Amino acid sequence: MIEIKDLHKSYIMGSNSLHVLKGIDFNVEEGELVAIMGSSGSGKSTLLNILGMLDVADEGSYTLDSVPIKNLNEKKAAQYRNKFLGFIFQSFNLINYKTAMENVALPLYYQGVSRKERQEKALKYLGQVGLAEWATHLPSELSGGQKQRVAIARAMASEPKVLLADEPTGALDSTTSYEVMELIQKINDEGNTILVVTHEEDIAKMCKRIVHLKDGIIEKDEKIEQVRASEYV
Amino acid sequence: MFNRDRWKEIIETLTSNWFRTVLTAFGVFWGIFILIILLAAGKGFENGINLEFGDTATNTIFMWTRTATKPYMGMPKNRRFNYKITDVSDIRESVKGIDIISPRNQIGDFEGNDNVVRGLKTGAFDVYGDYPDIIKQEPMKITSGRFVNYNDINEKRKVAVIGEGVKKILYEKDESVLGSYIKINGVNFMVVGTYKKVNSDGNEGAQKEIYTPFTAFSQAFNMGQAVGWMAITAQDGVPITSIKEDIFKVVRKNHKIHPEDQRAIGHFDLHREYGRVESLFGGIRFIAYFVGIMVLLSGVIGVSNIMLIVVKERTKEIGIRRALGAPPSNIRSQILTESVFLTIISGMTGIILGTLFIYAINSLLDASGPVDMFANPSVNLGVVTIALTILIVAGLFAGFIPAQNAIKIKPVEALRTE
Repeated sequence: MIEIKDLHKSYIMGSNSLHVLKGIDFNVEEGELVAIMGSSGSGKSTLLNILGMLDVADEGSYTLDSVPIKNLNEKKAAQYRNKFLGFIFQSFNLINYKTAMENVALPLYYQGVSRKERQEKALKYLGQVGLAEWATHLPSELSGGQKQRVAIARAMASEPKVLLADEPTGALDSTTSYEVMELIQKINDEGNTILVVTHEEDIAKMCKRIVHLKDGIIEKDEKIEQVRASEYV
Repeated sequence: MFNRDRWKEIIETLTSNWFRTVLTAFGVFWGIFILIILLAAGKGFENGINLEFGDTATNTIFMWTRTATKPYMGMPKNRRFNYKITDVSDIRESVKGIDIISPRNQIGDFEGNDNVVRGLKTGAFDVYGDYPDIIKQEPMKITSGRFVNYNDINEKRKVAVIGEGVKKILYEKDESVLGSYIKINGVNFMVVGTYKKVNSDGNEGAQKEIYTPFTAFSQAFNMGQAVGWMAITAQDGVPITSIKEDIFKVVRKNHKIHPEDQRAIGHFDLHREYGRVESLFGGIRFIAYFVGIMVLLSGVIGVSNIMLIVVKERTKEIGIRRALGAPPSNIRSQILTESVFLTIISGMTGIILGTLFIYAINSLLDASGPVDMFANPSVNLGVVTIALTILIVAGLFAGFIPAQNAIKIKPVEALRTE
């Protein structure tokens, strides 16, 4: 599903150049649930941004679902993001003046789906995350866990190839975190490919594979026995 | 462009900070308001001046004779001459584009000696021998009876149409005028009509004129073939100023005037005078547009400024939308639509309130009676269309830089903003 080869990325900070990614080789198969771990500054967010086409690598190749991702203009990148990827952010990033349903429907709007169909799909995905009754509520009326579940529903709405979660539980307490992870596992069980960036050991253990990043290179890449989040809840 | 979600969002953003939106809108509102008022004031001035000209055919010259200033073909200098009635048909034949030629003879003067007698009353008036068409060149309102017609001309009837000013002097208030006789320089004329000149406000002389058929007048006062004065109007689309030299050429030839004798023929070119006034109106319009648009511009800069702030405030939201797959064109058109919408709404308010203001001024003018050189200030549909076009362009202009800023935002940086 995802193939990256010899990925390099540097940031220019004034007169210094900061080499963040120093040659990453990394493949993800369909249906995997991968945790990317590392301390802050290890380059995990940069990697996720590049995978998410929000940023571009300086060197190396990136292939997503057999489509080479390179030399994208903004329009093409937006199209690919919409078609291939779903994002889940640490700070939820819901649009605060739109209801839960409108937030979930937003990616479909950019796909040009008709209004009626958008609403139907949005309701369906809100139902899947257990928030159908909250469809008409604004994000400010939802709890943190609920917001993240709306965000997950939004990420799912466009039926992407890969879900990218950047610290999805970073802003949540542990009970809520496990609820969210349970949801992520459930989505993975349905066959969806998911990448989770996290620095929490227990969250990483709930994935099927952990990639350890340190100073811009992959230190360790191991398949693990998945811990089911439902055991904690 | 016209989808429900887009408009919902625009309303949401604009109403999220009412006070700011209203203040911003006020700039544009004020600009268009000033523009409308200035244009209406200019139009009012124009209408006022036009009222002075009235329905007078402005594409007209008036010509009379003076003395020849150059000897020519055996004729001496300082020779007096008169036009002849045959000049009229000669001009018609050899100059293209003529509409009306009214030859006229005149005796008397309303400021001169008494020349008209009726019973015991006497008065001094301008008495004209005229053709019926003169009423098209010097419009007057027939208040009773009729004007001179071609039967009068052909049968040389001694009839007269008198001004309201004449009536006031020669008749008692309740006396019937039509069918009575007045004696002009000793010759009896029957009064068949009265007139009033509407547009010459205050000009007393205009109401103290007596019109008689040209032929009867010439016969009665022994004028023979002579013509003292002519009013010549050209057809629409042919400026009289451009053909008047051809007319003079015919007259010079007929009366053995030196071809370069400019002073033998006296004339007044109403068309050229009117043209000067027209260009003054043009200048006023230009100033109105210039000042109005400059004021509007400062409003537009206000809109642009606010849109910049809106983009800044919504940086993160724009980042989220980009991450979810919004193409840059979508973001750009969102900002532009918002800006154009805000501009048009406030501009329309300006147009409506400006029009109401003008309406109020109009009813005030109506109530307090006419004012010199100013009448019926108004804006027409054309001006409103121009104003709307200016608004749309201004809105696009105001939104352009903010929209460019919005699409320059990198999603990854926007998402980092907290």
